[in-house]
Amino acid sequence: MPREVIDLPHQVEYLSILDENGNLMDEDLEPDIPEDRLLRMHRTMLLARRFDERMLQLQRQGRIGTFAPVKGQEAAQIGIVAALRDSDWMVPSFREQAASLWRGQSLVSFLLVYGGFYQGNELPEDTRNLPVAVPVGTQPLHAVGLSYGINYRGNDEVVATFFGDGATSEGDFHEAMNFAGVWQTPTIFVCQNNQWAISVPRAKQTNSETLAQKALAYGVPGRQVDGNDVLAVYSAAKEAAERARSGEGPTLIECVTYRLTMHTTADDPTRYRDEDEVKRWEKREPIPRFQKYLREKGLLTDGDVEELEEGIKAEIQEAIDRAEKRMKELGDEELTMFDHMYAEMPPYLEEQRGELAAELEAKEGSNA
Amino acid sequence: MPKMTMVDALNTALHQEMNRDESVVVLGEDVAVDGGVFRVTEGLLDAFGEDRVMDTPLAEAGIVGTSIGMAIYGLKPVCEIQFSGFSYLAFEQLEAHAARMRWRSRGAYTVPMVLRTPYSGGVRALEHHSESREAYWAHTPGLKMVIPSAPRNARALLVSAIRDPDPVVFYEPKAVYRAFREEVPEEEETWPIGKAQVAREGDDITLISYGAMMRPTLEAADKLEEEDGVDAEVIDILTIAPLDHETFAESARKTGRVVIVHEAPRSFGPGAEIVARLVEKSFWYLEAPIRRVTGYDVVIPLFAYEKAYLPSAERVLRAARETLKTPA
Repeated sequence: MPREVIDLPHQVEYLSILDENGNLMDEDLEPDIPEDRLLRMHRTMLLARRFDERMLQLQRQGRIGTFAPVKGQEAAQIGIVAALRDSDWMVPSFREQAASLWRGQSLVSFLLVYGGFYQGNELPEDTRNLPVAVPVGTQPLHAVGLSYGINYRGNDEVVATFFGDGATSEGDFHEAMNFAGVWQTPTIFVCQNNQWAISVPRAKQTNSETLAQKALAYGVPGRQVDGNDVLAVYSAAKEAAERARSGEGPTLIECVTYRLTMHTTADDPTRYRDEDEVKRWEKREPIPRFQKYLREKGLLTDGDVEELEEGIKAEIQEAIDRAEKRMKELGDEELTMFDHMYAEMPPYLEEQRGELAAELEAKEGSNA
Repeated sequence: MPKMTMVDALNTALHQEMNRDESVVVLGEDVAVDGGVFRVTEGLLDAFGEDRVMDTPLAEAGIVGTSIGMAIYGLKPVCEIQFSGFSYLAFEQLEAHAARMRWRSRGAYTVPMVLRTPYSGGVRALEHHSESREAYWAHTPGLKMVIPSAPRNARALLVSAIRDPDPVVFYEPKAVYRAFREEVPEEEETWPIGKAQVAREGDDITLISYGAMMRPTLEAADKLEEEDGVDAEVIDILTIAPLDHETFAESARKTGRVVIVHEAPRSFGPGAEIVARLVEKSFWYLEAPIRRVTGYDVVIPLFAYEKAYLPSAERVLRAARETLKTPA
């Protein structure tokens, strides 16, 4: 036939399980998640939200520097990591506080990094989280390399990598998808489409109907889910992880969500978007929807929420106290800037380190 | 000892290291079935299979970025960028991630990868196939930058680079690839990264160079001996970063006269760093201004004028004679 429509192996499927008010739309789609896990998911989402709010206060008081708030994207992150095993890997960008908390990162570590201390990047033993990647869209390639290693060693792990809608315009994202498709790596590409790349709306990022369909060009399945519905995100991630583990290769999951606040604390979103739009998305907030579901299941009461909120508040305060104490202790450890540049410090770095040591000593002498 | 070209020597190093360590993998454009456009990776696919020798999609950032992930996972990727002129598509991956992963993760994750890529002019090539941009990588804290000059040191240094715990950018002087043969011992050899070599001993003047420019530099040294009765010492830098200044400083203190030769553009090139270190550490030993014989600060011409751009033995010789003259 001279003209015919080519049948592609994949199509984009959209999934949502809870409606905007948190009601289960189709019981058949309800994922089977143990109760303790559901409650842990809820607590981590709440912890991430309250921590975000508290960090914003600290930033406004000048006690920490710039950071990228997660507000509104808690479900898109927790739904993914809750479907992973501890032995799986996470390759984040720079807004994955919720996911990182689930995977064992401490509140103190965030406060240290955003307080300007790289010591916060010291990772817990046995962690399989890569550190934050700031250059947009560059880290999915690392996830593909890691998952090539998994295949090469014949291991039973998967790698989930996070990025945003803006990252899908970056060349490195496309190279990562392409390599993953060719190599059939166990990679889950998680696009948190929060509608805004700083001031640039989703519509100006690409003319594609969905971001999920980018996967089709690489022979990879693409799924779109309601990213504010933690159950939908979880289900998609579970399916992608099972595909990856059984050797069926990568999946792209587009979580349709919304950045309810600024890009980073250095940004003023009132310059470029309407309050009405924000209000519309506030109605689809991930946390109240999930709470409604948990209440319906009899797993959560008003009293529980109150108790949780108090526990979280105390936990955050304790972390702030510890972090501020630690920052004081670390205040004069400038010489550590020479650490971890190479496995062995080259002689010229030893020399420069000596130079700085002398500078610091002279300064201390003149202050005395 | 077998006599080898640099291509043979590099190929031998890859075979040896892949035999020795199953975590070594090779990836890049045309490296498997075709054996690399310069045949450096020839025979690896047959010997080690397609899981370890991969023809990748045509994407430099992809090659380097996935190599970073593989290295974090515990593999030892040796990736090839077909020509260094195309490596800038991977600049971000090297600068932002390969060079910093150890630092960023406070030592938890390291990137023991090697990026092999041909550089240098003199092979009558198209645009983007003749540049020498080692300064980009040498200027990036966290990277190592190695440039061999001859078959024997090429093999030894590539083995060392593969075993190195940090990311190494390994520039191969393509003008030397098949230019001459050299005896390379059967047994395994390594050469420490971060160590320069005295390639020729002498007391009267120090000539410092590396890579493809070692040939005209050594030729000039021979002429100085034959025609002027001058004993030139020649230092082969071998590792641009971390730079070993002790070896050339020692020589400069002995001779008091220094000429630096490289084909990279002069401004902010490795020669500038070498001069700075000599001035900082050995100024009072110098008997004449240090001279640089380098590429000019222009786009390297297409091959019709390439000869005029590249430092030649004659240019080195003239600079050395000027240096020997002063002060009169």
